[in-house]
Amino acid sequence: MDMPRRFDLSRPLSELHPNEQLKFDSRYLRGTLQEGLADAITGAISDDDTQLTKFFGIYQQDDREVRDERRRARLEPLYQFMVRVRLPGGLCTTDQWLALDALARDSANGSLRLTTRQTFQFHGVLKRNLRRHVQGIYATGLDTIAACGDDNRNVICTANPLFSTAHREAGETARRLGAHLLPRTGAYREILLEQPAADGIDPAAEEEPLYGRTYLPRKFKIAIAVPPQNDIDVYAHDLGLIAIVQDERIVGYNVLAGGGMGMTHKIAATFPRLGDIAGFCAAEDVIEVAEHTMCIQRDYGDRHDRSHARFKYTIEDRGVEWFREELARRMGKPLSEARPFHLDSSGDHYGWQQGSDGRWHYTLFIENGRVADTDQHTLMSGLREIARTFPGAFALTTNQNLTITGITGSERARLESLLRQHRIANDDHHTGLRRQSMACVAFPTCGLAMAESERYLPALIDKLDASLRQAGLAQQPISIRMTGCPNGCARPYLAEIALVGKAPGKYNLYLGASANGDRLNALHRENIGEQQILETLQPLFQRYAAERQPNEGFGDFVIRAGVVPAMPAGRDFQR
Amino acid sequence: MSAVVTHASVWANAPFDPALAEELRSLIARLDATQRLWLNGYIAGSIDALVQAPAAAAPSGPPLVTILYGSHSGNCEQLAKQIGNALTQRGLGFLTLDMLDCRKTHLQEARNVLVVVSTHGEGDPPERALPLHELLHSRKAPKLDHLKFSVLALGDSTYERYCETGRQFDARLEALGAQRLHARTECDVDFHEPAQQWIDAVAEELLRANPVQAPSPQASSPVSSLLHFAAAANRPAASVANAYTRKNPFEATVMSNQRLTAPGSTKDVRHIELSLEGSNIHYEPGDAIGVVPKNQESDVGALLGVLPFGAEHPVTVGGAEVSLRQALLDHFDIGLLTQPLVERYAAAVNTPLLTQLLAAEDSTALQRYLNGRHLLDLIQEHPPENLDAATFAQLLRPLAPRLYSIASSLRATPDEAHLTVSLVRYQSLGRERRGVVSGWLADLEDQGEHDLHAPVYLQRNPAFRLPASNDTPMIMIGPGTGVAPFRAFLADREASGASGQNWLFFGDRSFHSDFLYQTEWLDWRKRGLLHRIDVAFSRDGAPAAPKTYVQHRMHEHGRELFEWLQNGAHLYLCGDAQSMAPDVDQALHRIVERHGSLSSDEAAEYVLDLQRQRRYQKDVY
Ligand code: SRM
Ligand SMILES: Cc1cc2nc3c(=O)[nH]c(=O)nc-3n(C[C@H](O)[C@H](O)[C@H](O)COP(=O)(O)OP(=O)(O)OC[C@H]3O[C@@H](n4cnc5c(N)ncnc54)[C@H](O)[C@@H]3O)c2cc1C
Ligand SMILES: Cc1cc2nc3c(=O)[nH]c(=O)nc-3n(C[C@H](O)[C@H](O)[C@H](O)COP(=O)(O)O)c2cc1C
Ligand code: SF4
Repeated sequence: MDMPRRFDLSRPLSELHPNEQLKFDSRYLRGTLQEGLADAITGAISDDDTQLTKFFGIYQQDDREVRDERRRARLEPLYQFMVRVRLPGGLCTTDQWLALDALARDSANGSLRLTTRQTFQFHGVLKRNLRRHVQGIYATGLDTIAACGDDNRNVICTANPLFSTAHREAGETARRLGAHLLPRTGAYREILLEQPAADGIDPAAEEEPLYGRTYLPRKFKIAIAVPPQNDIDVYAHDLGLIAIVQDERIVGYNVLAGGGMGMTHKIAATFPRLGDIAGFCAAEDVIEVAEHTMCIQRDYGDRHDRSHARFKYTIEDRGVEWFREELARRMGKPLSEARPFHLDSSGDHYGWQQGSDGRWHYTLFIENGRVADTDQHTLMSGLREIARTFPGAFALTTNQNLTITGITGSERARLESLLRQHRIANDDHHTGLRRQSMACVAFPTCGLAMAESERYLPALIDKLDASLRQAGLAQQPISIRMTGCPNGCARPYLAEIALVGKAPGKYNLYLGASANGDRLNALHRENIGEQQILETLQPLFQRYAAERQPNEGFGDFVIRAGVVPAMPAGRDFQR
Repeated sequence: MSAVVTHASVWANAPFDPALAEELRSLIARLDATQRLWLNGYIAGSIDALVQAPAAAAPSGPPLVTILYGSHSGNCEQLAKQIGNALTQRGLGFLTLDMLDCRKTHLQEARNVLVVVSTHGEGDPPERALPLHELLHSRKAPKLDHLKFSVLALGDSTYERYCETGRQFDARLEALGAQRLHARTECDVDFHEPAQQWIDAVAEELLRANPVQAPSPQASSPVSSLLHFAAAANRPAASVANAYTRKNPFEATVMSNQRLTAPGSTKDVRHIELSLEGSNIHYEPGDAIGVVPKNQESDVGALLGVLPFGAEHPVTVGGAEVSLRQALLDHFDIGLLTQPLVERYAAAVNTPLLTQLLAAEDSTALQRYLNGRHLLDLIQEHPPENLDAATFAQLLRPLAPRLYSIASSLRATPDEAHLTVSLVRYQSLGRERRGVVSGWLADLEDQGEHDLHAPVYLQRNPAFRLPASNDTPMIMIGPGTGVAPFRAFLADREASGASGQNWLFFGDRSFHSDFLYQTEWLDWRKRGLLHRIDVAFSRDGAPAAPKTYVQHRMHEHGRELFEWLQNGAHLYLCGDAQSMAPDVDQALHRIVERHGSLSSDEAAEYVLDLQRQRRYQKDVY
């Protein structure tokens, strides 16, 4: 297909976004980070370097709540760093958990945050502790490379990789993909780990054979689903892979291209998009498919307008047919026909589940992924004690929850008693709505937040719970997701109810996504506050309770009831 | 022009052979004022020392009179000039010496010495009088039987050790064999009249003992006036004496009171902006503002509550009669105890316990007793049984004004004076205590309609001044509130477009909460005004790790610091006198020793020389 190559890698840097020049000049992400870390007068690093550290999972932030007060006190903002761990497949050993838990208390804000891409985030790491922190992570056998940045991000897969053979293979694939697509620059080792370059490394050699000096136009995300679960929202990623399982083994993957969530309010050219099914590849080809897909995006992605730079826009603009051809050309063979599959839900399965090897796994609901001790419970201490008591592995889910894995039948009672002791066991009184809830971080750390999210959603659900109980819907799973801005970090556009921040206390309300993550929701009310949110949802809950059909999800119901239209495609989302 | 008498030690250390030195000397002597001014700036201020000439050190042997002054805020220096004028009028030859420039030989050759010296700190000599004070009190002190002397002591009777330094010089000179020419005169803050009386009396005395001598033109040496001209030409708005004093303070409007330390800090430091509009107060960077205190109503109330006298009982203060309440509010320090106060109290109120404490050989028990104890505590523990209100009031010590370095420059912010005030607060004997003035200032909150006022006056500090030349590099060491005058220095240098390099050392407890004026330093660094800044935060390290202070940073950058000094930099030190200043001073000596490859004696001489050249200036409290 002949589309002009206007703003991609083929164009001179001067025509592209300034970040491209910045990356190009950065000497493979070194920038002036070394000097910046040594500058004791400010808790910040240079603006340019803040772009570069992202590639190492490090985000400069500041506590937005004290910004004004500090400005008046002639103090710079309370600069601190968010550090995101690379944990493909979400599996960590209990030893690693214990080490990260200690780091959180030692050099971060005392909590761990489980993310929607099944990894850990630390908040509040001060510049002077940054190296020590990163080196602490590295000492556990983990790192933070490419946890953020214009590169391939944490590869996620259906939790939990220890559940069955297919899950194990999916987890293994996630790890291999992560390793294969990892940036190779020595900057991380030299500057953050403070390890001198090993002898024999040719300084002139191309440090990034896959990425080149300017890396990708934007982030690139891969997700692997093991049906029938769609906990990872396979349609929401640049590259989605649906495992095709035969006789308990993964024989290959259906390939989905061009999914994504983020948009900008009111800018119709930006929109969430579901990935298009492009075909099927055999299991042994999956690494190659992923590499070529990423490289197609590297070569054709928009490097001029960063809000149009994700793979979803490349696919939207050029069509999935073009992608199939380009991929076939690079692979030397085409994808084959997509295989049939069935996805039933996008949430996690809570509580006990028995794996194929007979061992038990307990999935724990963790509200918005925040692991901390509070007045209500001792979640952080509890998980620490559990990690010590049951050495093995913890699996993080992409819904910000945690699975304690590999428990024998005889140990179950002991685990349950520990969970009760710390008041962290799944609560039967939780409504189905709360169990299917997710909120992004937002305030006080996220620099892009327009409204509260993590700190607010629990209280809003308290209020919604009352009307759900009244309507007899206490146990009905209904997914609700909140984000502090339209970037979509909690994948809100795939929730049956979504609240997306517009301004402090104000949200857009979206309704009507499917329960299994294959249909986007649609805007119902714009820019409303809590009172209007409650007034809008309460009668809908009542109608749903009264009028729903057997097994009809809330998202399907609001469409049938004509409350919102079924969203046909991403490009219509903001039209 | 008369021959320029040069400073021997400067020439001795100068890297010239004798012939070249002679050439340079005569060359300098040939220059006119403008040329010297230029040269002065060109060689970064050290020309001051090269040409600093004892006014009347004519080659014809030792002068009749040596005027020795030890001054910090300039009063004694000014009086030394007045003395010189009085002697000139009477045709008496003299040499005026800053105590810092006074060598043993000066004393050995002197015939009549007139000492005019103030007291600073808590009864300490002014910084520049210290070496001489030490010399006289050491075993190296010369015999002075050949010498006649008289002392004019300046002080402030609100301080516990009134005119202490003058008294000490007086006693020490006598002990070394010198004879008193005239009795010591002690002057309180209104020193002009008693000082003039002393001057006239001493001059007459000298004339009587040494009749004749034609009027000497040397008394007003062209060199010294040239120097004054040079200094003045480089300074902003000449100082205009203003009418406001501690007894008649200006009611400055408090424009803002902003906390500088973040919540969570162990300290509460305020940035206070005062309006000087209408006051005609023209300060210079380096000066301080005196705040005239008033005790808190509640503290006075608490005290009256435990005193056996009526609040309205009349007492006399400064000749006038006021009620006890008023006296306690305005005139007496009712906070911390001092040893003399406890002595007076113990003598008046018969208390075996206190007497015992005071009599003890070892003073640690007394110090422990004094620490954190206020008047209220004393009175509760030892009620004044058989005293009356008037006698009681006589025991108390006066309430002294508090000084705060000015943190702004009139060039940058006309009509304003900014202060950096650290709130004193601590627990002792189960009570929450607050500093009288810092507490009062911190409590000034904007209450809408009413203007807030603070009674202030200007306290000049000529011993702490920007380099005369705009391109002289300077190193500023100011941990804690010690950084205040450096904010003034930089603001001034920015406003005047000064091109000299600037290097600041700052330290405090915690980077995140106590980095005073952080954004301003960052701005000035970005704008190229602040060339270097090094910081040390003592409580940010691991709990077990040794604490880092500014002197550690100085050591780390010792080589560059020494290079700066070699390039003519001025070095300023401001802040805590108790532990910081001695430590920094030590560090400076070690750095000079190490990087100048000098012996410790040579290093000490080097630093002293910096002080003589006024290139090392301290303002510590
Ligand atoms: C922690 C996390 C949310 C959570 O509550 O778990 C998160 C948090 C942030 N995201 Fe996200 N994103 C997170 C998953 C997502 C997802 C979901 C996913 O990947 O499955 C999305 C939507 C999918 C997509 O990419 O389209 C997502 C779309 C964004 C975007 C919009 C990107 C776009 O191209 O549209 C931004 C903004 C940007 O990149 O400019 C963003 C940016 C951010 C930043 C780093 C804010 C920033 O750029 O300054 C947030 C840090 C907040 C903080 O204080 O911690 N985040 N972000 C998730 C971390 C995932 C991980 O471990 O890697
Ligand atoms: C030249 C000069 C410049 C100055 N510049 C500044 C400046 O820029 N900024 C500034 O903040 N200050 C400055 N000061 C100090 C200032 O003048 C006052 O001394 C200070 O503010 C305290 O005054 P106050 O009335 O608040 O406290 P006071 O009522 O006088 O009480 C202070 C006294 O309390 C005692 N004390 C303090 N803490 C404890 C404790 N933990 N336990 C027991 N006793 C304790 C100490 O003896 C201390 O002297 C300067 C002083 C001088 C001489
Ligand atoms: C910080 C400070 C401390 C002082 N301490 C004393 C003191 O302890 N005893 C005293 O008699 N006078 C004290 N004084 C008063 C000075 O001696 C007095 O102001 C004198 O006029 C200063 O003279 P100078 O300008 O020559 O230094 C102090 C003044 C200041 C500014
Ligand atoms: S959705 Fe927006 S507010 Fe929430 S974490 Fe992501 S970027 Fe921040």
